[in-house]
Amino acid sequence: MLFGAPQYLVSGLTVGATYGLTALGFTMIYNTTGIINFAQGEFVMLGGMLSVVLLKAGLPLPLAILAAVLCSALAGCLMERAVIRPVGRAAPVNLVIITIGVSILVRGVVMLIWGKDTFALPAFSGAKPLRFLEASVQPQSLWVLAITLLVLGALKLFFSRTIHGKAMLACACERKAAALMGISVERMAMFSFGMSGFLGAVGGAILTPITLTSYDVGVMLGLKGFAACILGGLGNPFGAAAGGLILGVLESFGAGFISSAYKDAFAFIVLLLLLFVKPTGLFGGPKSDRV
Amino acid sequence: MLTLTNLDISYGRIRAVRRVSMHVDAGEIVALIGANGAGKTTLLSAISGLLRPEAGQVVFDGRDVTRFAPDKIVRLGLSHVPERRLVFKPLSVADNLLLGSYTRHGKTPRSVLDQDLDSVYAMFPVLRERARQPAGTLSGGEQQMLAIGRALMAGPKMLLLDEPGMGLAPTVCRDIFKRVLQLREERGLTVLLVEQNAKSALAVADRGYVLETGRVILQGQSAELLANRDVQRAYLGRDKSREE
Repeated sequence: MLFGAPQYLVSGLTVGATYGLTALGFTMIYNTTGIINFAQGEFVMLGGMLSVVLLKAGLPLPLAILAAVLCSALAGCLMERAVIRPVGRAAPVNLVIITIGVSILVRGVVMLIWGKDTFALPAFSGAKPLRFLEASVQPQSLWVLAITLLVLGALKLFFSRTIHGKAMLACACERKAAALMGISVERMAMFSFGMSGFLGAVGGAILTPITLTSYDVGVMLGLKGFAACILGGLGNPFGAAAGGLILGVLESFGAGFISSAYKDAFAFIVLLLLLFVKPTGLFGGPKSDRV
Repeated sequence: MLTLTNLDISYGRIRAVRRVSMHVDAGEIVALIGANGAGKTTLLSAISGLLRPEAGQVVFDGRDVTRFAPDKIVRLGLSHVPERRLVFKPLSVADNLLLGSYTRHGKTPRSVLDQDLDSVYAMFPVLRERARQPAGTLSGGEQQMLAIGRALMAGPKMLLLDEPGMGLAPTVCRDIFKRVLQLREERGLTVLLVEQNAKSALAVADRGYVLETGRVILQGQSAELLANRDVQRAYLGRDKSREE
């Protein structure tokens, strides 16, 4: 019955890591601005696509990925500055719709420039699978997990040790007071978009050697990341990362044990079930305020 | 130190403050009293740059700061302790205080910041005891102390205090007002104090302004205002004419 379970676990965690990074991107922007950024998936796509393009242009792989990730982070900042800030104090719903517009635009531009083909990226250190328990693990899976952990660790340090990280948290929990401390809420919003661009692109770039990439991978990855973020409890960074991993594993088990035809459906079925039972997500406590 | 000239402030079409002029001299404690919705908080928000006034002028320390962003105003030495305290609840007390010094971070030597932190802890020892606790777990009075301490960490010359006594037990409230006096004595701080509780505000203030539906309707020395019949009737819950 459980034959293949370790295998599914490993592949689930690998994909889940990218969902988790995408979900973290959602969380980051939601916490500082209250917006759900539906262009988040496009950052993931940009991370993969730009890496491919830059590699083809002759950059060595690590450099290509680094540059791709930085470009995506820049794209995030640019997005905030160009289309979110000018709208100013519009209702979050309007801003959310703007982000959907941005995602369609980005997807269209990438398709026009680089076409509808699917692209691959070489694995970071060979493709010879390693044996681990009963599972054969691609070295790339280890890279994905290691880099994800590294990014999570760095984020944790950023938020708990640096004044800028704390300032971002302050914006998230009490925006008005943050402004009164002299924290520029606008700059923090831009920074959060840049950071989400960075996180999404890292997820996209490290996953591409396994799952390939094309102009439209962002749609599904973005939705899954969003699902992960709701699963973990919207606004909770730890929940977002955990939600991503859980979602990836569930999906992989569902595909392995039930049917791979419904692979994409599992994520959303689980999400729906959870929302019926616990609308605040797995790690989101009930909202209560002391007055 | 702070001069407001003919300020008009609106929320959309609703004019919340009309042609308000007032001034606070260096070293003074000035009370701004008025009922709920009189425009007190709106006025403070305009001074600290959260709202843009439609017309009029705000001059702080000799500079026209009317359309300055909040961070610039904090840097000039005007700190605002907001209504309902608005501490960063999930963050620790120490982090709240650290964020108070955000504008000075990297510009002011570490030793000065540490000294300021020590002096805040000396003034509010309970904050030192609870330094590692999330701010949301503090009592109302402690949160008020934290909000004041956080504002002091910016190294201000002047404080805007919005309803520091709101929702606090009378003894706690008195303690907070005592600290306001102490702030002036020890640091020479200038204070603009907004209160609904006119009696306790005027007890510590040198002068006062009475705001009603967005206009200044009365001003004067605290003692004069306390003795004023209209003030007594409207804000001190006492009606001499009926008592007689």
